[in-house]
Amino acid sequence: MILGLIMRVIAGIALMLLITVFAVLFEGVDRKLHAVMQRRIGPPLLQPVYDILKLLGKENIVPRWATPVFFHGGPWVAMIASMMVFMYIPMGSLPPVLNGSGDLILILYLLSLSGVAVAVGGFASGSPIANVGAQREMILMMSYEVPLAIVVSTLAWFAYKLGMPGHPFSLETYVATSVWSVVGKAGFLGLICLFVAILTVIPGETGKGLMDIPEAKTEILEGVTVEYSGVNLALLHIGFNLRGAAISALVVSLFFPFSLGKAIGLSGVPMAIIDFPWFWVKVFLVEVFGVTFLRTAFGRLKIWQASHFYWAQVGALSLAGMILISVDVLLH
Amino acid sequence: MSETKTYKLPIGPVHVGLKEPITAWLDIEGEHIKDAVIRPGAIHRGVEFMARERNPIQVIYLAERVCGICSFSHAIAFVKAVEDAAQIEVPIRAQYIRSMVLELERIHSHILWSGVACYTIGFDSAFHLGMMLREKVMDVLEALSGNRVNYAVTTVGGVRWDVTPAVVRTVMDMIHYYRNEFASFYEAAINDPVVKARLRDVGVLTTEQAIKYCALGPTSRGSGVRADVRWSAPYDAYCDIHVEPVVPQDYTGEVHGDVYDRFLVRVYEVLQSLDILEKIMEGLPEGSITFEPKVNKLLTVLKKAEGVGYGCIEAPRGDDTHAVGLKAQQENVQWWKVRAPTYSNAVSWPLMFKDNELADAPLIINSIDPCISCMERMVLSDTSSGTKSVVTKADLLKLCREKTDKTRRLMGA
Repeated sequence: MILGLIMRVIAGIALMLLITVFAVLFEGVDRKLHAVMQRRIGPPLLQPVYDILKLLGKENIVPRWATPVFFHGGPWVAMIASMMVFMYIPMGSLPPVLNGSGDLILILYLLSLSGVAVAVGGFASGSPIANVGAQREMILMMSYEVPLAIVVSTLAWFAYKLGMPGHPFSLETYVATSVWSVVGKAGFLGLICLFVAILTVIPGETGKGLMDIPEAKTEILEGVTVEYSGVNLALLHIGFNLRGAAISALVVSLFFPFSLGKAIGLSGVPMAIIDFPWFWVKVFLVEVFGVTFLRTAFGRLKIWQASHFYWAQVGALSLAGMILISVDVLLH
Repeated sequence: MSETKTYKLPIGPVHVGLKEPITAWLDIEGEHIKDAVIRPGAIHRGVEFMARERNPIQVIYLAERVCGICSFSHAIAFVKAVEDAAQIEVPIRAQYIRSMVLELERIHSHILWSGVACYTIGFDSAFHLGMMLREKVMDVLEALSGNRVNYAVTTVGGVRWDVTPAVVRTVMDMIHYYRNEFASFYEAAINDPVVKARLRDVGVLTTEQAIKYCALGPTSRGSGVRADVRWSAPYDAYCDIHVEPVVPQDYTGEVHGDVYDRFLVRVYEVLQSLDILEKIMEGLPEGSITFEPKVNKLLTVLKKAEGVGYGCIEAPRGDDTHAVGLKAQQENVQWWKVRAPTYSNAVSWPLMFKDNELADAPLIINSIDPCISCMERMVLSDTSSGTKSVVTKADLLKLCREKTDKTRRLMGA
């Protein structure tokens, strides 16, 4: 019992460190690809690592009007909440570290908690500009949570109705059986709708590209993070990177659980070894499309436009997905 | 229902979205701008005062440094004012070369602005595309004058560099390049749904307001006013080449007077400039390029001149008016007055801000393509004592002497 707990703690810490490195490295890839798409050279791949290392060695400056507890607490909670998400996500064929202790709802809560913590940090900094940024963060979160909740609950209902093996709100259910393999024609269209809907949530969750609204450097000077410096800023950067990786990992687990190991006829430990990097390749691809591609192709929306986009357009798309999947379940 | 609270938020003086220092104090209610107050006064340089210690030829180089983007326009406006005062005739070829460089400058200024507007709304790809396109016209200017900014092409009574066949070739290449490549920027920026959503109905200045508040250049044309010095009071090569003001109603059939319309006007003006350049290159007359090539002789002529001269030209941002006073037997310029287009356009800012959103604020400030350092005039006011009082020149001199005395005492001198 105790040995099992210790093993879990060690595995958890190792995984967190590894994932932090992956998430930060992705930002390097993102910046490089973004530059190449704009016919620029761009920074070296390791630039975000250098940035974070530099920031970690710098002083934390606390504004005079700030509430220090929340100001310092925000970045820590934001980072840890995004890190915790990975404890509940199966990595390829490996089961999650905290197997059986949490489910999809908890993951959604952790992602929201990370956003709320950033906003609280912004409010606590006492700067009017950070205040505007924090307000925008909250409004954006309230907007994209709606389609995200519809997608997740539709999939859970679908898994429950079709009797997919496992708990409908557990990610392992979707990793073990791909949703694409159990749907009919109407359901297939429905799944595509849900997939596109969740893809549009990625920019909102990561705050990049057309949803770069809470930070918006040319409008409100990086908004929520404007007063942050030193270690706190480094933590915020890591937190943002982890959030991007977390939502992409969620998309991969729900929609692309295909195992490379199984496809080439492996099983057991070799399959797990092959599937782990394969899982990260998929996460990277989803992030490249959801973050890099979209932020290269579009400018930034205004907050009410973003809200309208998520509630009306993406909301309608996810509802269409929901209806199509319901039709599919009825036809079964 | 409880009353909603407004709070003040400064945009500037140093801000990522602004090119130059100016502060807009916004009264914000949530994201909504209720009111705005513009506070300049961060970058006055005293250029006009500096001119009084220089002769007209030396002032040309000072005039060029009033602004980095429309440096040639300022130089031309000043030179025209001096020529007006001294009644100097400029050879036709020189007039054509001046118009050519003015058009090249307009192209580079408008492409730069369009890129910056895209950057302000977070559309970095269009910004980089714009910057890449702008390189070509900078190369042409470099081929002509050896400089990428502050070209030093003009002088009193003509121009300093002639257009060689090689330069004609580079200009024609450039026209060909833009005819093919500019469309990609145009498509990416004008037809993008996000750009449209961000620029349409933002910072509206109606036609009536534009006339009432004396808006100039692309700002007024964006509001549908046909105002263009090249059209209303042609000078140089524009006397031979008819230039029609670019107004959005001619292209889209309607006038919104918003940032999108100003964007359209600038983009179409780039295309118009290409046509004008082509005509200038075709009709480039032969002959001398200057009234008097020897600077000493020119200075002697200028020293004899007496009177007041005006020069008004259409700079990329609007009318650029210079006035200069010369006195016989005095080598230096007696006085010099620069009226940059931003001075008139900035008056419209508070109108444009009304009932927009915070997200639009930097875009609205940028939409008139402001050049703050060209515009700044100095008024020092003392508000600390509670009673407002304006600090005069005599007060300033007194304060300055007191400060010098104090410094001397501190240093033990």
